[in-house]
Amino acid sequence: MTATASKPSEQAKAKPVATGRSLLATAWMRIRKSPVAMVSLAIVVGMVLFAILAPVLVGIEGQDPNTTNTSPEVLDNFYTPGLPLPYYMYPSAEHWLGVEPGLGRDLFARLAYGAQVSLIIALLSTLVSVVLGTVLGAAAGYFGGKIDMVISRIMDLFLAFPHLLLVLSIAPILQSRLSGTALARGSFVPIASLVIVLGFFGWAYLARVVRGQVLSIREQEYIDAAKSFGTKNWSMIIKQVIPNVTGVVLVYATMMIPTNITAEAALSFLGVGVKDPTPSWGQMLNAAQAGNWYLQDPWFLAVPSIALILTVLAFNLLGDALRDALDPKSSR
Amino acid sequence: MSAPLLEVTNLTKHFPIKGSMGRTVGAVKAVDGVSFTLEKGTTLGLVGESGCGKSTTGKVLMRLLDPTSGSIKLDGEDITGLKGKQLDGFRRRVQMVFQNPASSLNPRQSIGAAIASPLVEQRIKVPGGIKAKVADLMDRVGLRPEHANRFPHEFSGGQRQRIGIARALALDPDVVICDEPVSALDVSVQAQVVNLLKDIQADTGVSYIFIAHDLAVVKHMADDVAVMYLGKIMEQANKRELFENPRHPYTRALLSAVPSVDLDAALTERIRLGGDLPSPSNPPSGCVFRTRCPAYELLDEAGKQRCSTEVPAGAMACHFPNAPLAATVGA
Repeated sequence: MTATASKPSEQAKAKPVATGRSLLATAWMRIRKSPVAMVSLAIVVGMVLFAILAPVLVGIEGQDPNTTNTSPEVLDNFYTPGLPLPYYMYPSAEHWLGVEPGLGRDLFARLAYGAQVSLIIALLSTLVSVVLGTVLGAAAGYFGGKIDMVISRIMDLFLAFPHLLLVLSIAPILQSRLSGTALARGSFVPIASLVIVLGFFGWAYLARVVRGQVLSIREQEYIDAAKSFGTKNWSMIIKQVIPNVTGVVLVYATMMIPTNITAEAALSFLGVGVKDPTPSWGQMLNAAQAGNWYLQDPWFLAVPSIALILTVLAFNLLGDALRDALDPKSSR
Repeated sequence: MSAPLLEVTNLTKHFPIKGSMGRTVGAVKAVDGVSFTLEKGTTLGLVGESGCGKSTTGKVLMRLLDPTSGSIKLDGEDITGLKGKQLDGFRRRVQMVFQNPASSLNPRQSIGAAIASPLVEQRIKVPGGIKAKVADLMDRVGLRPEHANRFPHEFSGGQRQRIGIARALALDPDVVICDEPVSALDVSVQAQVVNLLKDIQADTGVSYIFIAHDLAVVKHMADDVAVMYLGKIMEQANKRELFENPRHPYTRALLSAVPSVDLDAALTERIRLGGDLPSPSNPPSGCVFRTRCPAYELLDEAGKQRCSTEVPAGAMACHFPNAPLAATVGA
């Protein structure tokens, strides 16, 4: 009782005297007022937690993503035309989301571990794109001249490539090259190759946007001011220029994550991405389609699809809300 | 007599005009042969209308732009060719306060970090720590040191200009170039900022180059005044002399245009300049002011002829100072 009573006064004391509202603080204030943004944020955070806590959740369920269950009973029932699917294909206390047809692995466990793989690939490849795009775009815009010329032409080149075709052809090559090395452990190779391929093909658009922003930032008086006390070029880019494009970069990154989630799913679906037994949402879609299972067991297709759609939609809506929240011209 | 703190000789800054195929087809003569000196602890006012090259002069002095020709000597050492470490050394001695308080501060940098950034970039070891130095600087310009974590948009224009001044003072410079430091502020705030600059000068003995178009502010701030027109200095004199006894027709026209609340004074003759500022890429030959000069009209042919020849170099760029002026010209 006394402990709880003393809490408010302590909090009041600990409150800082006067802190400025930074970019993110302002954005957060605006996002909190938008129900759509808050729901999206909740879904995004929920999905990330779902992925991180996959081992714990699957442990509670008491299943495992790789244990097969091919008892004749399961298979016989499944293959009997005209008979309803057995109960364990659907959510039950034993298998929270049912089991896969065929191998009979637990769907909930595969969805959770698949979320890990899908989100890691999307986040890391976005990180690669964002770092490359921001640094190269800022350098092109800030330095101008020949450096701008060279970087801009590389951007054009990357934007002109037919991505999907190139990714389809490069991913298997990368995988076969990497698989002979010491790195070829577990699912590292397919994940790494997808990160590299998606990361390297996503930076150019962001770089172009950043370059445009930097061209206008370069003319601001605070850049002259920083020059007047001898700020070196890279210090200028990191401390004066890039902080002023973080808003744009943040919005594009939030939009790029769902694109990369879908791209991972598409590549895995097409069979050049993550492969069985490693689960990912794309791999699950691929499995549902591969044996025409989805005709007899639509639930098997629906589970990864719903997870995918929900996540992509949430990220996109969050990106939209973030763009509005970070726009200094929009009202509070 | 020792060398002046800052000595500028024949400074020019031409911006090339590129034609087709990247050929240079001409030049905008933004600054064209400007000379002046600045003594320690004094203020030189640089006045002129928009586009006369006063801000460009400031930027060249700060080495934000490289001069086309001419020399800038700080304590007798020419700084126009300095690079790397030596340029850094120069930057520690000469700093700048910028015109626009809204854009001269990085909106994503807390003001404490902004004020500390000259010290950080110059890697200066501050005894007692950078935080204490920043607090001291903020105190000196009349800001509350506990606001160091706030961001520029949380301050008014006058406060932001104080932040800019604190940043310029961080390196303890000998010269501060003030590029229209108060022109974007309300009149009441202008007075506060101008007085702050004067107080700082009294405390530290810093010299100012005070660029402005407001003659009243210059009259309050400066010890010497140089009047610029189309990239050249028209008249340069001690403040009192210039304001009480202006000799150059342009100076006289400028001073007669200062609005006055004195009803009797309002009845005195006002000289209006007609026409537009000639293009700085193709200035008139000889005296650049002759196309708008209120004295030129009244000169005889021989006098007009003389005006199209090179004007005397120095503090008085006019063949006929004190000549009678036409009341209105070209209107």
